[in-house]
This record gives sequence, structure tokens and C-alpha cells, in this order.
Amino acid sequence: MRIAVCIKQVPDTEARLRVRKDGLWVEEEDLPFVINESDNYALEEALTIAEKTAGEVVVVSLGPERVKDALRKALALGASRAVHLAEEAFQGGDALATGRALAAAIAGQEVDLVLTGSQSDDVGYGATGSVIAGHLGWPHAWLVMGLEIEEGGTSARVTREMESGMNEIFRLQLPAVIEVQAGINHPRYASLKGIMAAKRKPIERPSPADLGLEASQIGAAGSRLEVLEVAFPDSGEGAEMLEGDAATMARTLVEKLQREARVL
Amino acid sequence: MRFTDEHRLLRDAVRDLVEREINPHVDEWEAARSFPAHALFKIFGRAGYLGITKPHAYGGMELDWSYAMVMAEALGHARCGAVPMAIGVQTDMCTPALARFGSDELKREFLAPSIAGDLVGSIGVSESVAGSDVAAIKTTAVKDGGDYVVRGEKMWITNGIQADWMCCLVNTSDDPPHRNKSLIVVPLDAPGVERSTKLEKLGMWASDTAQIFFDGVRVPQRYRIGDEGMGFTYQMMQFQEERLWGAANVLTALEDLIQDTIDYARQRRAFGRAILDNQVVHFRLAELQTEIEALRSLVYRATELLVAGDDVTLLASMAKLKAGRLARQVSDACLQYWGGQGYMWESPVARAYRDCRLMSIGGGADEVMLSIICKHQGTLPGTGG
Ligand SMILES: Cc1cc2nc3c(=O)[nH]c(=O)nc-3n(C[C@H](O)[C@H](O)[C@H](O)COP(=O)(O)OP(=O)(O)OC[C@H]3O[C@@H](n4cnc5c(N)ncnc54)[C@H](O)[C@@H]3O)c2cc1C
Repeated sequence: MRIAVCIKQVPDTEARLRVRKDGLWVEEEDLPFVINESDNYALEEALTIAEKTAGEVVVVSLGPERVKDALRKALALGASRAVHLAEEAFQGGDALATGRALAAAIAGQEVDLVLTGSQSDDVGYGATGSVIAGHLGWPHAWLVMGLEIEEGGTSARVTREMESGMNEIFRLQLPAVIEVQAGINHPRYASLKGIMAAKRKPIERPSPADLGLEASQIGAAGSRLEVLEVAFPDSGEGAEMLEGDAATMARTLVEKLQREARVL
Repeated sequence: MRFTDEHRLLRDAVRDLVEREINPHVDEWEAARSFPAHALFKIFGRAGYLGITKPHAYGGMELDWSYAMVMAEALGHARCGAVPMAIGVQTDMCTPALARFGSDELKREFLAPSIAGDLVGSIGVSESVAGSDVAAIKTTAVKDGGDYVVRGEKMWITNGIQADWMCCLVNTSDDPPHRNKSLIVVPLDAPGVERSTKLEKLGMWASDTAQIFFDGVRVPQRYRIGDEGMGFTYQMMQFQEERLWGAANVLTALEDLIQDTIDYARQRRAFGRAILDNQVVHFRLAELQTEIEALRSLVYRATELLVAGDDVTLLASMAKLKAGRLARQVSDACLQYWGGQGYMWESPVARAYRDCRLMSIGGGADEVMLSIICKHQGTLPGTGG
């Protein structure tokens, strides 16, 4: 089975962010970048399926030169090749433009399955995977917690999280786009063998024309959404002091983290 | 040192492993005075990190030592000194001589499974009667039939409770002390081997340290590493990796400690401002960061020369000396800026303070490093200066 995995490189979530002078994005200089968290899980899922089905994994990423580091890491982890949409024309797009470009890149790869993370840790649109599915005309699933390729490799059994903490389990016809959540597996470590092999693996860099795309369809020019400003919210409001002894406060906090913040 | 993509990928991968497999458990392991060496080494072994410089034939990657250095540095991100030290013993303290001089058979039996993470190794040089003065060790291995019969004891052995085997320095003849020694592999489940209970230490709690006694332990002569009588020489060579490894490992640990201290001192206030905003504090931390960077340059230069095949005894000794001194300075200064909180057992800076103290003692005390440097300077009395 050939699987494409879309990975995005994002600022390390532990890094201190500063707003760029033009107010439209964060200052990227000296900022450490990593592979988006849920994309790591998508990659692990893909590598496991590829191993079981004697298949291969192609990683695809749209972003500037620095993204090469993320692709190399994915190759070191076991992907067999990479596609990097690096040209300036691809950059600065919204989910619509980015999804369109990624879909065009994937269309040429003859894959049976596309895996992505559910959401990026920087802008968090959570929409790119759906746009890709739309362009390819394939079914898709979001917030996926479990994935099993069924006998014959023409369908997948998917477990996804619904609101209210319930799970939904369904069957999806392949090819499909599946957007996984962080935490669904235990991502491997790049083996030293994999690291040394990575430099011999190809990174393709198609131009928009190679993908049959016009400059007006992609990047900033192809976007229907215009960022006006990014800013830190005013602090000091909305804080709530918990009361009671330590055990009570801990219980309330866990409850709030689950019910309100939904991070647990 | 020029870092390639491969160096960077290795650094990031090891750090990732440290963050996910070590750091979440450090408090528990420190409290238990032990960590699950076999389980953790298996994870490292599977990723190929335990045989970076070792031959392909035994599961290694046959890369140059710059990669080992990168791993040592990345391991410094562990939130304790104990676990990296135990890994360093496996990769750069008990196996270099075995890989270099051991027979094929011996390497298949002990090196390959240690690289795979199936066996845990240890290095036995120090004894209760001889630490700095390695030539003065008393443990003997006397030939009997096809075996050696080992009698004696080894002290302060890292991994001593959990280790499966020891690279053990023993006296094999009555020749002068630098020519009467051999390195032999002693399986630690052999009859006659007895381990003390875990030794309680100032720091490095998660590392299990033991005294190990040999009461007529029979070891086949084919378990000798290389030539008889060459043990002292082999061990002195093996010390170069050990000492450089220690210096590389402490770089990142000290940098993390400074960063933690910056974070703490930024939010802790006294006299109406952050502790960090006192010039004496941020200047001191900047000064120490500079010292770390200077030590890093020394470590990198020594590594380059080692990779080129030069003898780096002098530079490795200098790096080890400086690392020991600096580890004490940095951990002491940082603890100071944490105030009472820093003096608490459970604070990370107190742990670093305890752990760092070993750097000036283990693997050769500062004074032993100074003696080596003096020998090179021709100033050590009695060495022809
Ligand atoms: C936690 C821990 C783990 C260890 N792990 C291992 C291990 O796995 N394997 C192993 O073989 N050993 C191990 N050691 C032992 C360590 O290598 C020795 O403690 C070290 O070499 C110093 O030897 P010593 O303790 O006998 O000190 P001594 O030789 O008794 O020296 C005591 C002090 O005297 C001073 N001194 C010594 N010589 C001179 C000199 N020529 N001039 C001036 N001053 C001098 C130094 O300050 C030295 O610290 C470990 C030790 C510790 C504490």
C-alpha cells in the first residue's frame, strides 16, 4: 500500500513567540521548528501500515527551505521519498490554497491512502485535510483515534472521537484522507541506520506548473482568507481561582481540563 | 566540528528519546535508587544508538566518534546525571577496548548483545584500595588450566547491581605494575561473584552502584581482551573516550540548568523586581554560559583530533578537568540563585548540584587530570621534567 503523509513544520510549542513587525505572523528568526505534533502520529501510523503491507510512505510538505529538515527527519524515520512544495508561489496560502497544492502533489503519486494530522499547532485551521479530500474526491475522517486497514486493502475501519467523549467507529472506502489525533500510537525514534540512509533518499521539488497549477490558484494569491493581524490576547481576564483543599482543587481542575478546556 | 544533517538528526532523535523515555520517569527512578537498565538499553539498542562507533559485524554503525559525542551531548538533556552516566558506561567506558582488541568470539558473545541492548555492561577498574592510582589495584587473575581464577574486589561500580558483565582490570603476573595487567570480561553471574547491596551516594541516585567481590571466580582465558600484560595500556586508551564523553555530556546538562535558573529567577521576585534583573545575577549566568561554550570548543577540537586518529590524552584530560571544575561552579551558582528552594532535596537544581559533584572525582579525579597535564608539560616530579 502506498501512503502519502502530509507533514507541516511548525514553531516548537515550547518556544517563546514574538509577533513580527508587520503584525501578520510571528518572528521566525531564531525560532526552533519541529514537525507538527499530530503529523508525527500520522507518520507513525503510515510507517506501520506500510511495513505490514510491504508498501511505502511518501511524505509531502509545503513550506520554505527550512522544511527540508522536517522531511529529512521523516525520511530517517522510514519514509522512502519526499515531495517538497518549496517554491515561493506556494507559500503564504490559507487552508484552501495549501490544500489545493497538496492535493495536486498527491494526485501524481498514485497513493491508496493519505494521512495527515488533525490540526496544526501553529494556526490550527484543522481544515487542510478536508480540502485535500475535497479536491481528490475521496472520503475523509477527522479526529481519528484508531485506524485499521481491512482485509484486501480496499477499506479501513476508523475510530474517531465525537463530541461528548463518545467514539464513532465506521468503515471507509479507500482511497481516503484520514486525519489522525496526537496520541494514537507510540512514534518510533529515528534509528541510526535510518538517519544514515536518509541522505540517499530523494526529495522532489515540483513547480506549480509541474502540478498543473496556475500561480493564481495557490499561495497568497490563491487564498480567500486574508490575515489582518496576529496578536496575543489581553491578559488578566477570565482567570478563575479554585478553592478548597488540595484534593478538591485537583479534582475541580481535572474536571475543568476535561469538560471546559478539553485538553485531557 | 562541522555538523552534518546526520549529526543533527541523531542529536534530535536522541533528545526526543530522552524527553519521552527518560525524563518522565526520572523522579521515580531517583527515588528507587535504580532505573530499569535492560528495558531502557533495549530501546536505545533497537535504535542503534549503543553501537555508534562499533564495527558493523557486531551490530554497530562504524561511524566516527563525532557521532558518539553528539549522542553524549544530547543525553545531557536528561533531568539527572545518573541515567546518562549508565548509558555512557555501556557505550564509551566498558566497550571501547573490547571492540578494539577483543577476539571475534568474545565480541560476538559480549559486544554484539551489548550493542543490541540485551546485555548491560560495567567497567571495573577502581578498588577500595586503589582509585586514582590505577597501577596499584590488587585483584588478581591466575591461570589454572584453560581458565583464569579471579580473586579480589572492585569498588563503586556503576551499573553494578544490574550489569551482566564487567570489563575488569586485573593483575595477571608479577611484572612491574604497568606491564602486569590485563583486561578480562567477567560474566557477573559466574559462581564466586558477589555483589554488595546498592551503595548509598551523595548524588547520581538513579544509578545503581555496587562493590563487587570475586572469590575464586573461574573465567575462561579466551575472555581476555587482547594481549596479556596490555591491560593498563588498553585502559588508559579507553579512558580517553570515557573522559571526553563525560565532558561532552555535561555541556548540555549545564546549559539546561542555566536555562532553568533563568526561568526561575525571572519569575521569583525580591525587593520589587525579578531576581534575574539584578546585574550580578544575569551577568554571572552570562559568564558561565561563556565558559560552557569555551569548554565545548575544547571538546569539539579534541573530538576532531580523535576522529583524525591523533592521541588526545592531553586535550581529553584538560576537557575532563575543566568539565569537573565548571560543573561545580555552575551548579553552585545556580543553586545560589534558587535560594531556599534550591536547597530543597527535591529541587532540580539540588539534584544537579549533587550529581555534578561527581565530575571532579569519577573517571579520574581533577588532580589526576592535572598530573597528566603536568606530565605533558614536563613539570611532574620524577617524570624527566
Ligand atoms: C558514583 C561513582 C561511580 C563510579 N563508577 C565507577 C565505575 O563504574 N568503575 C570504576 O572503575 N570506578 C568507578 N568509580 C570510581 C572512581 O573512578 C574513583 O572514585 C576515582 O578514580 C577516584 O579514586 P578514589 O575514590 O580511590 O580516590 P583516591 O585515589 O583515594 O583519591 C582521593 C583524592 O585524593 C586526591 N588525589 C589523588 N591522587 C592525587 C595526586 N596524585 N595528587 C594530588 N591529589 C591527589 C584527589 O583529590 C582524589 O579525589 C566511581 C565512583 C563514584 C563515586
